[in-house]
Amino acid sequence: MTEPVLEVEGLSIVYQTEVGTLPAVRDVSFAIAPHESFGLVGESGSGKSTLAMGAIRSLATNGRVTAGSVRLNGVDLLSVSKKELRRLWGAKIGVVYQSPLSALNPSITVGKQLAEVGELHLEMNRAEARQRAIEMLTRVAMPDPEAVMLRYPHQLSGGMLQRCVIAMSLTTNPALLILDEPTTALDVTTQAVVLDLIADLKREFDSAILYITHDLGVVTRICDTVAVMYAGETMERASLRDLFKQPLHPYTLSLLGCIPRFDPSPEKRFLATIPGTFPHLDDLPSGCVFSPRCEFVEEACRTAHPPLVEGTDGHLTGCRRWQMVSLLAEKLRGASAALPPFTTPPGDEVLAAAHDVKTYFSSYRGLIRRRRAEVKAVDDVSVDVRSGQTLGVVGESGSGKTTLIRTIAGLTPATAGVISMRGLQLASTTGKRTRDQLKDIQMVFQNPDASLNPRQSVGDAVSRPLVLLCGLSKSEARVRAQQLLAAVNLPESYDERLPEDLSGGEKQRVAIARAFAAAPGIILCDEPISSLDVSVQGALMNLLMELQREQGTSYIFISHDLSAVQHLSDWIAVVYLGRVAELGTAARVLRPPFHPYTEALLSAVPVADPDVQQRAVRLRGSVPSAMDVPSGCRFHTRCPRFLGDICAQEEPPQRENAFDHWLACHIELQELARLQEQTLMLTREAD
Amino acid sequence: MIEPNAAHAPSPMATAEVTSGRNRRASWILYWRRLKRRPATLIATIIFVGFFGLAVIGPLVAPYGYADMDMKSLLKAPSLAHLFGTDEYGRDVLSRVFVGTRNIFLLSGSGTLMAVVIGTTIGLLSGYVGGRWDEVVMRLLDVLLAFPALLLAMVLLSSVGPSNLNLVLVVTVLYIPIVARVARSMALDLRTKEFVEAARLRGERRRYVLFHEILPNAMSPLMVEASIRFSFSIFLVASLGFLGLGVQPPSADWGLQVNEARDFISVAPWTLLFPAAAIAILVIATNLMTDGLRQVLASGLDTE
Repeated sequence: MTEPVLEVEGLSIVYQTEVGTLPAVRDVSFAIAPHESFGLVGESGSGKSTLAMGAIRSLATNGRVTAGSVRLNGVDLLSVSKKELRRLWGAKIGVVYQSPLSALNPSITVGKQLAEVGELHLEMNRAEARQRAIEMLTRVAMPDPEAVMLRYPHQLSGGMLQRCVIAMSLTTNPALLILDEPTTALDVTTQAVVLDLIADLKREFDSAILYITHDLGVVTRICDTVAVMYAGETMERASLRDLFKQPLHPYTLSLLGCIPRFDPSPEKRFLATIPGTFPHLDDLPSGCVFSPRCEFVEEACRTAHPPLVEGTDGHLTGCRRWQMVSLLAEKLRGASAALPPFTTPPGDEVLAAAHDVKTYFSSYRGLIRRRRAEVKAVDDVSVDVRSGQTLGVVGESGSGKTTLIRTIAGLTPATAGVISMRGLQLASTTGKRTRDQLKDIQMVFQNPDASLNPRQSVGDAVSRPLVLLCGLSKSEARVRAQQLLAAVNLPESYDERLPEDLSGGEKQRVAIARAFAAAPGIILCDEPISSLDVSVQGALMNLLMELQREQGTSYIFISHDLSAVQHLSDWIAVVYLGRVAELGTAARVLRPPFHPYTEALLSAVPVADPDVQQRAVRLRGSVPSAMDVPSGCRFHTRCPRFLGDICAQEEPPQRENAFDHWLACHIELQELARLQEQTLMLTREAD
Repeated sequence: MIEPNAAHAPSPMATAEVTSGRNRRASWILYWRRLKRRPATLIATIIFVGFFGLAVIGPLVAPYGYADMDMKSLLKAPSLAHLFGTDEYGRDVLSRVFVGTRNIFLLSGSGTLMAVVIGTTIGLLSGYVGGRWDEVVMRLLDVLLAFPALLLAMVLLSSVGPSNLNLVLVVTVLYIPIVARVARSMALDLRTKEFVEAARLRGERRRYVLFHEILPNAMSPLMVEASIRFSFSIFLVASLGFLGLGVQPPSADWGLQVNEARDFISVAPWTLLFPAAAIAILVIATNLMTDGLRQVLASGLDTE
């Protein structure tokens, strides 16, 4: 075996805070060989970023390494002088952070910032450094690098910026490249492109890659070896295939179970969940840190801290009972419980409908407010929601999905079109709607931190709609609020709490209870789970499905995450630039023929299974501005199945595939189906 | 309808992620710990509280009446009988400073309070409603802000005549635009927050949204602004007193005292020194306290 590039041994890191010393990382070891890419996976708070930053001595000021050693090409990083460390940072280590916009200086051109690296660390003169910068931009597949050199960061899209940062970090051909969630802030289609790029660069450069992510799907595209972190410790470390195919730790097993799989069968099941919550660092459980939430726990797990042992060949696990885990893994995988039946079976009648809805925003230019530019956020959209069913809406950011549901809710007035509920037309703003109409439509918002009033107790938040919309007295509402909290699986004692005492997932549960309080006919969910951890996402999806079955409520569920949408939805609308590209039942939309955009979205979703072969359909660039919508088919500028002039000039016809499925494309449905059937998206080796 | 009856048993698959919710350490312990680490704030707070106490009980503990003249001891230097000395009428400077504390707290305090209440209401409404109404209100307040504060106060007071009530009203008028701006910016920020949208979605009245959803979350910046306004109005009231447009003789007022003492500065500097020092110390203490408390009372962990 070759000499490893990075060798971390027994590293422990603490943070000094007001509440005491928090042991953020405890006794973690790993090594990365040249050309190897090593994945650090974990939920938020697992210490994965702290570990990486601690290893290169780049911690926040209150962080401190308390034990262990770190060697980079044999040099002990923890004992070198500050001056030497700075040299090593520049020449040997490249770091790419989550947000490309804050990694670059907004007032200096991209080219200057790139060239600076060459001048500073490779002792090049100006012309050489510039040449090197252009070369690097070319290698990260940047279109027209010379022009990009002259741009300022705000003039580039997120995907292009991230490419610049990657180019910058690779300029010195560093021994170690640390990628800290580099694609988390990007759209799924852009993420796919950047991941392809990283996979290519991995082959071209000698750098060892340390890849930090919370997304198990992303890991399968990039990494050779994976370590799973939990509460500051390594739970399991193995090669990618071993980890996904034969996990030897209950935590890994549970995490894999939390992810919704693409499964077009109509029978819905619960996702697996992990009971309990993430431990606080100042109050860690004794024994195994995962023991309070573990299905395999036995008495000995709670008392003695288990060491990391080698289970099968080269596969390390921190579980005492890994043999049991490996024996039962297959059984547990398919064992998620079936959903309860509907109390009232969903009907086919349309509950809520939007017809030819247009929502435009005017922006004024200049002081005198004369010239107007129109942003066509939603442009002629018609969708129906049937009672007791879920309509999923997917699309990249900027596709108008949030504006659509805000228009339906009456928070943003429609420019044109009709919104109706139970067959009756609704006024376009909340102020003009009747109490019964208001009661019928509620919303769950994206950001759990902003959706609850920080100064209002949980009980007040949930009981307020009952007082206002259902006419209950304050004390009646209070009692009822307690029952609602129980229905979203929060203890009664929570009604006195303020939002700041709740975790993100708990806040969303309260928001769901508040939305259900007045017993609405439909609840509009605006990416309610996208900011939460994988295991919490699973639990919330379970809750939403369970409540739907009990109450017969309809949902519109919007998300950029196609796997979540397909798991929850009966119907799916794929929207692009303010217009519906494809609409149909979930089963139909997920089978060919697809709209080319749907096809690209599907192929971009990282699937957490190394055996799934996805056909790479990649989109160029990002969504065009809604102020300047492309002519003809809106998608033609990025379409991988672009035909020619017809796409650029004529609006595509709506082609009916079945009574419950249509898509808008110039290509004949049979032709689309034939093209897409040839390279079926998900081909499983095992099947 | 969610029918949560006694039989509702959450299914095991959906119960995940229910925490016992660790109780955070009582916040006042945290505040005290932070306060201890900021001695300047601690001392400033003690001084401020001291002055406030003096404002309440000042006349009771003053050794002499504030207007009692003693013609036998004019302009006497500080001594055991008169700790701060006496002024040109033989009045005890210490007693006048003590009694003046109450005046300054009453005048500045009520002026500030009115400005905060009215300014907050105008600002919140203006920011939340937006549009043309916002435009008109804010431009009107801009006009008020365009005048130098002291000049405007002098013009107003000389036209309506100096009295305690007018003084308070002038402080109020001067500070309304400044408070309103702060309140407006908070409303602009908070009105787009999702909890406010949730309130609109259930058809809450404007008044409820303003005073139950927005105001409580704007409280801490408003409190900070209020204390800054308070320290400035101490200055203002003292300045106006000095210019003869504030509290009228023979009342005890620090600004007035400084004015009267001007003529005797070479023979009896104590008559000027003590009220001037009182003004300076109270203003500095108020500022330091405001500054520090803002950090002490901030939410979230302090990693310093």
